[in-house]
Amino acid sequence: MGETTLNGFGAKPARPSGIRGVAADWASDQRAFKSASWGKAMMWIFLLSDTFIFSCFLLAYMTARSSTTVPWPNASEVFALHMFGADIPLILIAIMTFVLISSSGTMAMAVNFAYRKNKGATVALLLATAALGATFVGMQAFEWTKLITEGVRPWGNPWGAPQFGATFFMITGFHGTHVSFGVLFLLIVARKVWRGEYDRGDRGFFTSRPGDYEHVETMGLYWHFVDLVWVFIFAFFYLW
Amino acid sequence: MASHAEQPHRKYSQTAIAEHAEGQQHPIRIYLVVWFWLFVLSACSYLVDYVGFEGYLRWGLILTFMILKAGLIVAVFMHMVWERLALVYAILLPPIAVLVFVAIMAIESDYTALTRMTSFVGGG
Repeated sequence: MGETTLNGFGAKPARPSGIRGVAADWASDQRAFKSASWGKAMMWIFLLSDTFIFSCFLLAYMTARSSTTVPWPNASEVFALHMFGADIPLILIAIMTFVLISSSGTMAMAVNFAYRKNKGATVALLLATAALGATFVGMQAFEWTKLITEGVRPWGNPWGAPQFGATFFMITGFHGTHVSFGVLFLLIVARKVWRGEYDRGDRGFFTSRPGDYEHVETMGLYWHFVDLVWVFIFAFFYLW
Repeated sequence: MASHAEQPHRKYSQTAIAEHAEGQQHPIRIYLVVWFWLFVLSACSYLVDYVGFEGYLRWGLILTFMILKAGLIVAVFMHMVWERLALVYAILLPPIAVLVFVAIMAIESDYTALTRMTSFVGGG
């Protein structure tokens, strides 16, 4: 009972909670994250670093937008689509938001079914998540194409402050790249679940550590983070 | 060893950890409820633009809906409410530095804008 297992499961002596628990965990002279496995803690730390990257992009956008004397293009009009005989503001972005939130919902359920060892449901939900993610990237590609044909460039655009293009391509491009890699890894994890690699504990190609259904949760953390970043981009870039 | 195992879980957080020992296992219902609220909140933030609110009302509503959505995702979908505080603090406190950075750059960009308006009024 005294020793610590690498995944943190198994050893469960009563631990203090609250701020005392924080002090006890960090001062335990062992691993500080008692409830999170190695993989999960590392994913969280990676996500923290990614938080800083996206924060810096949004900060650069804030600085550019609030220091320019030229009017900023109106996102509501720029991202409007002509549908059903009228210009509907921001409609594509709204649909993209709902698509990404839905993918987060299916991902959360996939994690749940993975812990129940329900392989069929887990694979189906992971593939649904990947499909929704791919849909999101597809709609983003459509949006980029539309803006580029309308003359938006990183150094200028027809409607106002030239920094608009630079921040748009940088922020949505970086986010879209995250989604794309997420889709790729979702497919890899789905394949692993399908083949029963987490049942047998096959070693992964990346870390050579035995596979475990917890990997689905770690994958989920990344995917929810991508959704989380979109919440901030939607608020600050498209709605502000 | 046996005494440890038979110790009753008196505090909620201990129950949470016991739950965690079998992985993050929670009822499906909670995810569906959060999913529903994320849809509602997204619809609300879209409506802020659609209805055309302006000024502080617009910014306040955008920030409120954004924080609520982010909170739900981190707390429930990413299971942060069920983690031990040592991890929660390690991950959620550092981004405060970003808020300080925001304050610094808000002041800085304000000054830049002022300089541009006073010095380059004639087209620079």
